[in-house]
Amino acid sequence: MAGFKVSRRLVLYSLGGVAAAGGLAVGIAAMPYSTLPRARELVGKDGESVLRTWIRLGADDAVTVFVPHVDFGQGSQTAVAMMVAEEMDADWKHMRVEEAPADAAFANGALVRNFLLGNVHVPQALDGLANFGSRRMAQNMGFQITGGSSAVRGTGAVTLAPAGAAARWMLRKAAAQAWGVPLEEVETEASVLHHRASNRSARYGQMAEAAARHDPPGDLKLKERAAYRIVGKTTPRLDLPAKVDGTAHYPHDLRLEGMLYAAARQAPVIGGTLLDVDPAPAMAMRGVKKVVKTGDAVFVVADNTWRARVALDALEPRWNDGANGQVSSGAIMEAMNRGVAGAEFKTDHEAGDAETALSGAATKVEALYTIPFLAHAPMAPPAMAAQIKDGALEIWCAVQNPLGAMREAAKRAGVKEDKVRFHNMLMGGGFGRGGFADYAMHAVDVAKETDGAPVQVSWTREEDMTHDWYRQASVAKLEGGLDAQGRLVAFRNSFSERRDSAEVSALQYEVPNHLIRYVNGLNPVRWGYWRSVDNTLHGFTVECFMDECARAAGKDPAEFRRAHISERQRAVLDRVAEISNWGSAPPEGRARGIALRESFGTVVGQVAEVSVGDNGQVRVHHVWSAADAGLVVNPGNFISQIEGGVIFGLSAALYGEISVENGRVREQNFPDYDMVRMAEAPRQTVSIVESASRIGGGGEPGTPAIAAAVANGVFALTGHRVRELPLRHFDLRSGARRASA
Amino acid sequence: MISLTINGASHALDVEEDMPLLWALRDVLNLTGSKYGCGVGACGACTVLINGQAVRSCSMPVGAVGGGRIETIESLKQGDTLSKVQQAWVETQAPQCGYCQSGQIMAATALLRAKPRPTDADIDAAMTNICRCGAYEQIRAAIHRAAEA
Ligand code: FES
Ligand code: FES
Repeated sequence: MAGFKVSRRLVLYSLGGVAAAGGLAVGIAAMPYSTLPRARELVGKDGESVLRTWIRLGADDAVTVFVPHVDFGQGSQTAVAMMVAEEMDADWKHMRVEEAPADAAFANGALVRNFLLGNVHVPQALDGLANFGSRRMAQNMGFQITGGSSAVRGTGAVTLAPAGAAARWMLRKAAAQAWGVPLEEVETEASVLHHRASNRSARYGQMAEAAARHDPPGDLKLKERAAYRIVGKTTPRLDLPAKVDGTAHYPHDLRLEGMLYAAARQAPVIGGTLLDVDPAPAMAMRGVKKVVKTGDAVFVVADNTWRARVALDALEPRWNDGANGQVSSGAIMEAMNRGVAGAEFKTDHEAGDAETALSGAATKVEALYTIPFLAHAPMAPPAMAAQIKDGALEIWCAVQNPLGAMREAAKRAGVKEDKVRFHNMLMGGGFGRGGFADYAMHAVDVAKETDGAPVQVSWTREEDMTHDWYRQASVAKLEGGLDAQGRLVAFRNSFSERRDSAEVSALQYEVPNHLIRYVNGLNPVRWGYWRSVDNTLHGFTVECFMDECARAAGKDPAEFRRAHISERQRAVLDRVAEISNWGSAPPEGRARGIALRESFGTVVGQVAEVSVGDNGQVRVHHVWSAADAGLVVNPGNFISQIEGGVIFGLSAALYGEISVENGRVREQNFPDYDMVRMAEAPRQTVSIVESASRIGGGGEPGTPAIAAAVANGVFALTGHRVRELPLRHFDLRSGARRASA
Repeated sequence: MISLTINGASHALDVEEDMPLLWALRDVLNLTGSKYGCGVGACGACTVLINGQAVRSCSMPVGAVGGGRIETIESLKQGDTLSKVQQAWVETQAPQCGYCQSGQIMAATALLRAKPRPTDADIDAAMTNICRCGAYEQIRAAIHRAAEA
């Protein structure tokens, strides 16, 4: 289930792992457990040669890269293709991308398994991974294997750049043989092979067939960063043309001969069950074919979506609420408040003696922060389709873990895996939601009852919002101790409900005495990865608290942070201060707030310029972000991802809250789970900080710190310290919580 | 029978008067470029033009369209030539997941027809669609670019 985290970043990780150290070996493509024969079976094509599992080269020079992850807007398919083109020395105009089939050949799980178990000596190529700042990726990959297959994307990306290098070697080898010249003398450039001494050249396509007969060695070097021609240059995304003319196909857009449409209603309490339902009122309505009941849901099948939905509304299903029927977010908040005030903690990180240093500090700062549950609310509520006929299952959906979903679907349908045809389509936003394939199984459940007819099941927005896997609510008690010079010498974070790995809660400031601890088990609401995961907790709580400490020390918040951070962080902080004119006075009626957060290997500093309107609400005018991601594969896309991450975090900061009463999620749709729109969207400036660091992610690091930058700006403007999200609950002119909230 | 004029052609549909236009387009006519995002008029993913005005088709019963001229995203591209707005969308690399973009492009098309040189304030007022991916900077830039094209 860690697929989300890995998939959107892994591309970058892998290259970074390799690229940061420069010119490393490429053992992977030549590993003994070759998936190549199976890949040739699956994606082979007349007139084209499958050189590596992931790469098919046509006689016309076209290079098709089979990318084993779904596109949900992050642009990583293009980035992966850029990496392949770079190592292969292919001309960008020849690159194509296809999503890899949901097949174990493209999962390449064996590589990861062996890597994790230490069974395989994969020379330096994987060193980069093993070392990349933390063991996070290895953990995630392990997680994925356990989960069934999201390692597809992981290993896929790890394999792709080296596969490009291997393909280039094979082409050179073929040319060397054909021309009777030494391999070392065959050069490549933009999909052409050259032998200068004899003035011979050939297009890649001309050597494709011959190249496919060679096996690459395990000690190929990848390029040094300085030699990159494609990676690092803004490149138009390959997926965009279809996204402007209405032809991009999401599962919702599948139209098959004889296809039926179904509406879904699940038990209003997650974990509840269906007691019974009288299908008659729906069956009497126009276009309705069938009412399908499962253990926890009822579906109406009709000849179009609207008729199915209207008929479903006419039903009165009776539900058993089950064990979660009493869950309420108010009680959870109280339990978490008690939890962080108590004594039962698990320790994540400890240095020095925080307790003693806190009590001996010249100035002590203490604050309690509260943040709510959040839904993903991707733009596209789930839709999926399936057909079960003659012992075979065909399924169309958009999930972040296709192989796992395929296996689950096979089991659910009672068909063999080799009788499943699985189509993973475009995903209309993921943000972590797509890591759970619960919705896709609805298509299987209904298709079992439609006598061989294909059926498309779609959820309403209400169904999506009330049956999500939610970002956890959390409470954090923060304590800081300053010495007489205003240096932070003691820090303690006692927070509730850790879901991410321990390293995410680590203090990102140099404080000699600190303790990071948490209490879990107080929060039964179904949880899921949400863009940047637990970074969203600490990005808000710790970054606001650092502001409080700075004020207590009588220092400028940027200056204060500067005294407690690494050189790499300082470069980012200085950059964002520079581009936002941090030192200058903001326009009349406005103030600026700053925050800094490293996540997924990328350091992001943000400044938000805010004002407060007559309605007591904050208005964010401009956000400046500086980001050090080590190496950025596709800068234009990276900037879009940071900006999108800011908007995502800002929607949560201003509006986002999921509340639960009697086990039911109250919020239903955008009117009560609102989003930032154009008029509320700040203008944005993103500056990429170049560094030699290992490569980090782009999709998530823009999100975690923005809420703090805004709240810190509100404090700078009004003197009101808001320690609870979302901000709409407060009248920021007075700092008072609104009665209605 | 409901008759509708869509992208210049007339269609007769055997559907209920209160069926939202969105579902008539998507499920009856298989014009799937317009998207469902909320069904309550809040997100704009379903935006089409009726007589040149941006309308949220999820909240527009087909019976209320009358003789209105409906334009959907499918009508903008002429042969292989993208409309100015679509072209600007590609040039600024606006889409991320893409799911909101048909609606955004239709809303921007209506805006630019009414105001060929929109100001930022005009854009704020007219572009009320949600982009969950947060591509607002690129969408704004694309509208200005299309205005200059
Ligand atoms: S689907 Fe029509 S406004 Fe959201
Ligand atoms: S591009 Fe994904 S919602 Fe706008």
